[in-house]
Amino acid sequence: MSAPNQAAAPLITVEDLHTYYGKSHILHGVSLTVGPGEVVGLMGRNGVGKSTTLKSIMGLVRARQGRVLLNGEPVTAQPAHKLANMGIAYVPEDRRVFRLLTVMENLRTGFDRPGVTEARKQELLDKVFAYFPVLGERRNQAGGTLSGGEQQMLAIARAMMLEPKIILLDEPTEGLMPRMVSQIHQIIDALHNEGVAILLVEQNVPLTLEASQRVYIMEKGTIRHQAASSDLKIDDPVIKQYLGV
Amino acid sequence: MASALAFFQNFPIELFIIQTLNGIVTGMILALIASGLTLIFGIMDVVNFAHGELFMLGAYVGVLVLSFTGSFWLALILASLIIGVFGAAMQVATLRPLIGRDPLTTILATFGMSLILQNYALWQFGPVARKINEPYTGSFHLFYLEYPWYRLMIAGLSATIIGGLWAFLKFGKYGIWIRATTQDRVMAQAMGIPVPWVYTAAFGIGAAMAAASGVLFGPLVGVNHTMGLDWVLKAFIVVVVGGMGNLGGSIAAAIFISLLEAYASIWVSPAQAVIVSFVVLILTLLFRPTGLFVPTPK
Repeated sequence: MSAPNQAAAPLITVEDLHTYYGKSHILHGVSLTVGPGEVVGLMGRNGVGKSTTLKSIMGLVRARQGRVLLNGEPVTAQPAHKLANMGIAYVPEDRRVFRLLTVMENLRTGFDRPGVTEARKQELLDKVFAYFPVLGERRNQAGGTLSGGEQQMLAIARAMMLEPKIILLDEPTEGLMPRMVSQIHQIIDALHNEGVAILLVEQNVPLTLEASQRVYIMEKGTIRHQAASSDLKIDDPVIKQYLGV
Repeated sequence: MASALAFFQNFPIELFIIQTLNGIVTGMILALIASGLTLIFGIMDVVNFAHGELFMLGAYVGVLVLSFTGSFWLALILASLIIGVFGAAMQVATLRPLIGRDPLTTILATFGMSLILQNYALWQFGPVARKINEPYTGSFHLFYLEYPWYRLMIAGLSATIIGGLWAFLKFGKYGIWIRATTQDRVMAQAMGIPVPWVYTAAFGIGAAMAAASGVLFGPLVGVNHTMGLDWVLKAFIVVVVGGMGNLGGSIAAAIFISLLEAYASIWVSPAQAVIVSFVVLILTLLFRPTGLFVPTPK
């Protein structure tokens, strides 16, 4: 498989990002890169700013300082809907499927874009229904009636409809049963093989180390450590120091 | 016991049927106004205090188009289009800069627009009511009344427009955008939906529906600059009783309240019958503040 892709020009570059919620300073200068097609893990304890990093990249939270580059172009001030159309997709921690929209309508929010032909839409649908057959069976069911795992699949499938270059994936396995967790792992691998980059926030350390090529470890709103995933073991002192309880 | 018997013996069944018809006709007009109001509230949490003035301006544009072209149908269509575009422009100018601010500011902004538009209409058209002639003047026998066909046409046309809105929201690409934004505007944005423009479009659609109801209702009352006030007050009651932002609930509540008022005015004067709406409003707020016509929250 493709080696860590840092040599190539990065797809996403985050430089010295500072984000506040009201007066509380959440991100204290986060810098990271994700290469094209690279799966990068972002680890750390609860409340260190992992989700806020993703939201800041997506433009859902305004960073007060620092910038985000997509293919070398600054995109920090762009509204989220433009970023989505430029190829950044976001799968939030709490999934946030449109509960009253059917599975099909949820997916349509992603592919009803200018320039997507009917044939291409059908291809995209066929692809996600092949990955997630259960979504195909439930295509006319309201999103809110799906189980937690199915909602997670729908949230990922919906993001795939944007044909993104990168997916910001926030805690995809939280609260899922083991069978679902391995399914999420497979889908991450499948997306990686398709050349989609992923910035993965995840508490499940073995999964993160297996699925990603590189990891960043955050503490107190900043990146403290980065390493190739193959260099870290689950019981590595670094992991213990920053993630152990 | 005896008095209850007397009540049923003297029950004015004919008047009851006539009032049922009247209640449905006013209910459909009210539903048309209220569905625009609830669409706007549901998607951007804005209570549009200028909605009655969009209704009134729609009627005036109808008067003007009618006097130039003589066609009621052209008046109906052009008034909806012109006020729809005007509403969209009003949203961009007055509400878009307030996105993310305290909701109170949007109340002040729309209330201010309502005063401006009302006084503009007074200045431009004067205090004397204008007339829109109904497109069809025939009538039919209903007991001792000559009931105008036009009233039934109003109900039918309102139902058609509301049905069109429903189909658009259900099946149209932009309808899905509106529903997605209503449910979760942050996630809608992350899915590439241009949420600020969806707000503008929804406001324009609500304005166009208000204008259409103004033209439809014009022949029954005469058009003047304060005609929006009564209706928008009732539309607010309907929106609250139907469950804020709930389209189906608003339509059901509009017909429900209009029927109650129509029945009440069998026994009391129509002016007193209005009290019924407020009683329903207060009871709803006391016992079921999420609205009468919404599923019980889980």
